[in-house]
Amino acid sequence: MDFLGDHAPELLPGNRPLPEVRGAVEAPHGTTIVAATFEGGVVLAGDRRATMGNVIAQRDIEKVFPADEYAAVGIAGTAGLAVEMVKLFQLELEHFEKVEGVQLSLEGKANRLSTMIRGNLGMAMQGLAVVPLFTGWDVDRGKGRIFSYDITGGRSEEYGFAATGSGSVFARGALKKLYREDLTENQAATAVVQALYDAADDDSATGGPDLARRIYPIVTVITDAGFRRLAESEVSEIARAVHDGRLQQPDGPRAAVL
Amino acid sequence: MSTPFYVSPQQAMADRAEYARKGIARGRSVVVLQYTDGIVFVAENPSRALHKVSEIYDRIAFAAVGKYNEFENLRIGGVRYADLRGFTYHREDVTARGLANVYAQTLGTIFSSNAEKPYEVELIVAEVGPGPEDDQIYRLPHDGSIVDEHGSVAVGGNSDQIGNYLDQRHRDDMTLGEALKLAVESLSRDNNGGERSLTAEQLEVAVLDRTRPQQRKFKRILGSQLSRLLEEDAAATGSGADGDEAPDDAPTDTSAGASEDAPEAKEAPAKPAGKAKGAPKVDPDASADDEKK
Repeated sequence: MDFLGDHAPELLPGNRPLPEVRGAVEAPHGTTIVAATFEGGVVLAGDRRATMGNVIAQRDIEKVFPADEYAAVGIAGTAGLAVEMVKLFQLELEHFEKVEGVQLSLEGKANRLSTMIRGNLGMAMQGLAVVPLFTGWDVDRGKGRIFSYDITGGRSEEYGFAATGSGSVFARGALKKLYREDLTENQAATAVVQALYDAADDDSATGGPDLARRIYPIVTVITDAGFRRLAESEVSEIARAVHDGRLQQPDGPRAAVL
Repeated sequence: MSTPFYVSPQQAMADRAEYARKGIARGRSVVVLQYTDGIVFVAENPSRALHKVSEIYDRIAFAAVGKYNEFENLRIGGVRYADLRGFTYHREDVTARGLANVYAQTLGTIFSSNAEKPYEVELIVAEVGPGPEDDQIYRLPHDGSIVDEHGSVAVGGNSDQIGNYLDQRHRDDMTLGEALKLAVESLSRDNNGGERSLTAEQLEVAVLDRTRPQQRKFKRILGSQLSRLLEEDAAATGSGADGDEAPDDAPTDTSAGASEDAPEAKEAPAKPAGKAKGAPKVDPDASADDEKK
């Protein structure tokens, strides 16, 4: 392919002139990602639904990936482009680590992702946006951190919790009431599953825990011990507990008024 | 203007090989050994920053001796090759064989081109497989030939002596501790048969560990972990005195074959003949190893 690119670039499929695009291109879109910090780490979770217009394109898509040993990225937006972007991002972090012998700083990783999103701006303008949430354990500062992005690559650090994607409004509302700074790892994981449940409750493009098909959200935890994806048994336990709670209180746990 | 002297091609190649070999022999050695759970790399290297052993890809590692700037260049080239391969196709499609071929091409071209001086490096590219029989170790001398190795390899310094020492004592079912101990023993023998003692600070140790749950199997063994492993060995030395002799008997047939052939292959002048001799040499070893399992 490189040979073809050098000698006859017009033969490569990507280089043919594109017909003019009218309206948004239909492609599967991933939806809601949430993150929350706790003492000693950060959790990042995502639902499993991909939608194409009003159709559910995929029920068990995976939208949360390890970026390297101490960082993870969750993506909302056009699934195909996002997965490719994550693959390139992972590669870049690994390549840097191998060539230089040290890992990039967490800020460095976040900035690099920012540049990659900005590179996708043209596509984003045609409706193929990719908006990730980036979390990681900052080895130098000894804490978990969250970075959110907009489609132009604008980066902002979030403190406590954050959400992105179509259900993010509802997820953020839920986390606002549930989040406390002294959560344990398990409580933080439960809180993000609650938030995803609320997002799925009010946003048609977000999928809730699918108990019948045993499809549960992906929950990942990053601590000073590195990245860990919760096993299906662990997530199913949390999801079932949340579900059982909702059978009593469909709107979820109540926060105090004052 | 004076007419340049005529130098026969044989003489020119022999001179270049001699130059490269001398450069390589000046440095300290690196040894690579297979053990039950993978492959261990041990180098005598007081520097923490300038590595002789490093990661190339998920299952592939690289070890080198000779001039640092030259092999560092090759290492970065290898990382680029592997990452590009893995990104274009799939992570599984990056193999030690492919990488060794690229290195062989590069070294061979540089060795035979008259414009450049030959690289004074000798490389090892190793890949850990799902089982010990799938492990691959390739040795790449300065002239661009490839030697497929099994069990144990030594490059740089007085590699012939160390290689013999290892061949006689190495077993495929060694634990990491045992393999490390053997490697350190072999490195601490000097030319005259005397022994120096090597401490954890003077060693650079890394493993390709097939039991690691992560995708990337390469791991450096540093500081406290290394001293702990070395101390374990020291403690076991007393009781393992008879253990030192036992392995001498067990693999006698294979190690004898290897040690007879090995120096011959290494002494062979760096010509295509060396490659032809090196390649079939390993085949009897390989089949013998397989039969043992």
